[in-house]
Amino acid sequence: MEQILKAKAIDKKFGSVYACDNLSIELYTGEVVGIVGESGSGKSTLLNCLSGSLVPDGGNITYLDRDNNWLDLLSLPEPRKRNLLRTEWAFVHQNPRDGLRMAVSAGGNIGERLMAIGYRNYSQIRAEATEWIEKVEIDAIRLDDKPSIFSGGMQQRLQIAKNLITKPRLIFMDEPTGGLDVSVQARLLDLIRSLVRELGLSVIIVTHDLAVARFMANRLIVMKNGKIVETGLTDQVLDDPQHSYTQLLVSSILKV
Amino acid sequence: MSNSEEDFNFAYLDEQTKRMIRRALIKAICIPGYQVPFASREMPMPYGWGTGGVQVTAACLQETDVLKVIDQGSDDTTNAVSIRKFFERVAGVKTTENTGKASVIQTRHRIPEQVLSEDQILVYQVPIPEPLRFLEPRETETRVMHALEEYGLMHVKLYEDISINGEISTAYAYPVKVNDRYIMDPSPTPKFDNPKMNFCPAIQLFGAGREQRIYAVPPYTKVISLDFEDYPFEASRAEKTCEICGATNTYLDEVVIDDKGTRMFSCSDSDYCNSRKS
Amino acid sequence: MYVAVKGGERAIDNAHRWLEDERRGDRKVTDLSVDQIKTQLSLSIAKVMAEGSLFDPELASLAIKQARGDLIEAIFLIRAYRTTLPRFGVGKPINTDKMIAKRRISATFKDIPGGQLLGPTFDYTHRLLDFKLLADGSIDEFEPGKDTEQMFQHVTQFLNNEGIIETEETSSSEADSPDLTRQPLEIPANRALRLQALTRSDEGFLLGMAYSTQRGFGRNHPFVGELRIGLISVEFEIPELGFNIEIAEIEISECETVNQFLGSKIHPPKFTRGYGFVFGQSERKAISMALVDRALRWKELGEVSDGAPAQDEEFVLYHGDNIQATGFVEHIKLPHYVDFQAELELIRKIRKTAFEAKKDE
Repeated sequence: MEQILKAKAIDKKFGSVYACDNLSIELYTGEVVGIVGESGSGKSTLLNCLSGSLVPDGGNITYLDRDNNWLDLLSLPEPRKRNLLRTEWAFVHQNPRDGLRMAVSAGGNIGERLMAIGYRNYSQIRAEATEWIEKVEIDAIRLDDKPSIFSGGMQQRLQIAKNLITKPRLIFMDEPTGGLDVSVQARLLDLIRSLVRELGLSVIIVTHDLAVARFMANRLIVMKNGKIVETGLTDQVLDDPQHSYTQLLVSSILKV
Repeated sequence: MSNSEEDFNFAYLDEQTKRMIRRALIKAICIPGYQVPFASREMPMPYGWGTGGVQVTAACLQETDVLKVIDQGSDDTTNAVSIRKFFERVAGVKTTENTGKASVIQTRHRIPEQVLSEDQILVYQVPIPEPLRFLEPRETETRVMHALEEYGLMHVKLYEDISINGEISTAYAYPVKVNDRYIMDPSPTPKFDNPKMNFCPAIQLFGAGREQRIYAVPPYTKVISLDFEDYPFEASRAEKTCEICGATNTYLDEVVIDDKGTRMFSCSDSDYCNSRKS
Repeated sequence: MYVAVKGGERAIDNAHRWLEDERRGDRKVTDLSVDQIKTQLSLSIAKVMAEGSLFDPELASLAIKQARGDLIEAIFLIRAYRTTLPRFGVGKPINTDKMIAKRRISATFKDIPGGQLLGPTFDYTHRLLDFKLLADGSIDEFEPGKDTEQMFQHVTQFLNNEGIIETEETSSSEADSPDLTRQPLEIPANRALRLQALTRSDEGFLLGMAYSTQRGFGRNHPFVGELRIGLISVEFEIPELGFNIEIAEIEISECETVNQFLGSKIHPPKFTRGYGFVFGQSERKAISMALVDRALRWKELGEVSDGAPAQDEEFVLYHGDNIQATGFVEHIKLPHYVDFQAELELIRKIRKTAFEAKKDE
């Protein structure tokens, strides 16, 4: 396997507090990496730096694109960056409202990325939107409904369809099952995992929920106070935590 | 305006201001469809009533020009009269209702039916210059979208139209792409007028006073109405005949003529209609 | 029988004559003089000058008369007139330390060097209609005391000497102070440009925005450090002469607020500031402006925005101008029948398609 994303020595300060303190991570093609830690540990800040929505104060990030070129993301021109964001990358937000246009129909939401890259045939866009809404297990009859009348779980599945229609290679997820009931969560995780495998996606997923991390991730990064305290294969980290903080995290989840 | 006319410079604006507007106009001509910010001045008519068009006209006018002003296609609507009188007073230029005889035509909401010529300037009054505004309210964001040619959202709007109504339900201010680059708002002209913008021999200038933007379409420039391959753009009009001049290919006004709601149809372009009658 | 919509020109002329007649009103009552307005409606004049961005009490009075007392209409007249004036140059920055104040108060200290000077304020009047005024009651002349002939140091300066409030930076060049009336408003705006936009914003709009910050939409915990109203001189350098000459003495209101402090374990906390400056006696607006200025400064002070309307630069600056607003809001009464016709055709067509589809079912 080869690398697809490399970040070295990422720093990000808010005021005088380091949210990311000299962080380095690598992601391999087809790999799912989970970033875990309590809120305030800096995991979402790291994700936002990696995905380009925040500019780090220091460090560098490179990405291997479809044509096998390593791109320096921090100096990448804005047009290319936005192009990556709607073709090779995807971002699934915790709150589907951040990733969907609530006033636009489900079909319009799913089709947006296609139209952004130049699709100009209504019937074709509609056919692909129908295919994808079914893929995320929403009845195609809902295609013209607005997501505002969808349940939380359906909104999240819609967000995933919207992101995956252009067949991205790299997907960032920020607590994708965060606001959902446990039963809905399980079904959604199942769907995400099968899509990730089917499409061979590389994924960075941020979660505070170790159960989600265990289910989804091949490898884990444990963060505390802007620093990486432990990293390793998921089972290894969760079954035999080395760092006292990871031990605390794992034991607290076991008590529940 | 109680002051005497001598108190005002030719065409109301001082020369410095006109130069500033002309610089913006030249820039706009050089980048077809791009909205150039300009320091719009307060004019003696309210914002939203054509202050942008009036400033552009003022910057273009020379003493030898012949000016025509239309609103809703007609020379005799109140706002057209008001603007025409304004320029008669502060510029002393000749005015006309005859489209062919005008060198500068200021318009609100229509493009004349008669094909314009190379030595004419058509000045549009624009209320909201940003075609993406109702999809994205932030100016800071829409400027980036234009810069990066991020126009997917515009088609999402058209997609929604078709999904809901079975066709593109934008009847006026129908968005166009200029010179294969910028998406532009043609001002609230009915979409019937859109094809007239394409490869038009006259210079087309657009002024939005309140929003402080000027944009332009140079002569003989490609102006294409946005659509889908399988839902092509249609320049629609009422399927009726003008009851005054008998025209079958013009944009028509529908007028209620009695309490029973009887309608009659007549050309919205009053000069065109008159010229066919006589 | 259809009559073409002709006669717009005559209709307009008649409307204007009618308007003039109504403005003059009952001829048995004496015509209102511009002098009367100038000397007796000074607070209306302050508003017209501030929002018209032109300091000229005489023209403001004329505008109020012509506008039948509609102040937005009067502001509009002043703005349109202002357009025709050439700009000779840029005055020297005015120094409000040198103000001869007729009112100067601080809410942050009980007493201040020079004292609290109430001046001609409504603040402690009981809002009871004074029926004496109906009967033309004559009013005694008032001679202000000697207090009103001195200059005062700013109250915030005392805090600044202690290093306990942020220091206001003077803009270093003219480029840092763009002229809103000569350049298009572009966002993000620097503070100088924001303040210009705020000082000519609609008083009611600013008041509402300021009020919203106090009710929790972008709260910034203000105290009125100082409010002063009085005369200051405006100087202009004539290049040929090589020195400054005084070209005018103008009345202004200035408000400096002292706000919530800022700091961390490493950086000692400091108070921050909001600033309001308005032509004429207009303290409601000066205070509102200071609150909104402070709310808009969240980014430069390293704060996190609550997403409140008053913290949204684009929202506040684009919507505060009452001349832009009134024109655009009211323009929808202009004829739109061409657009409406296009909508009519479309809706008929779509309805027809829908009916036919229903029939087929």
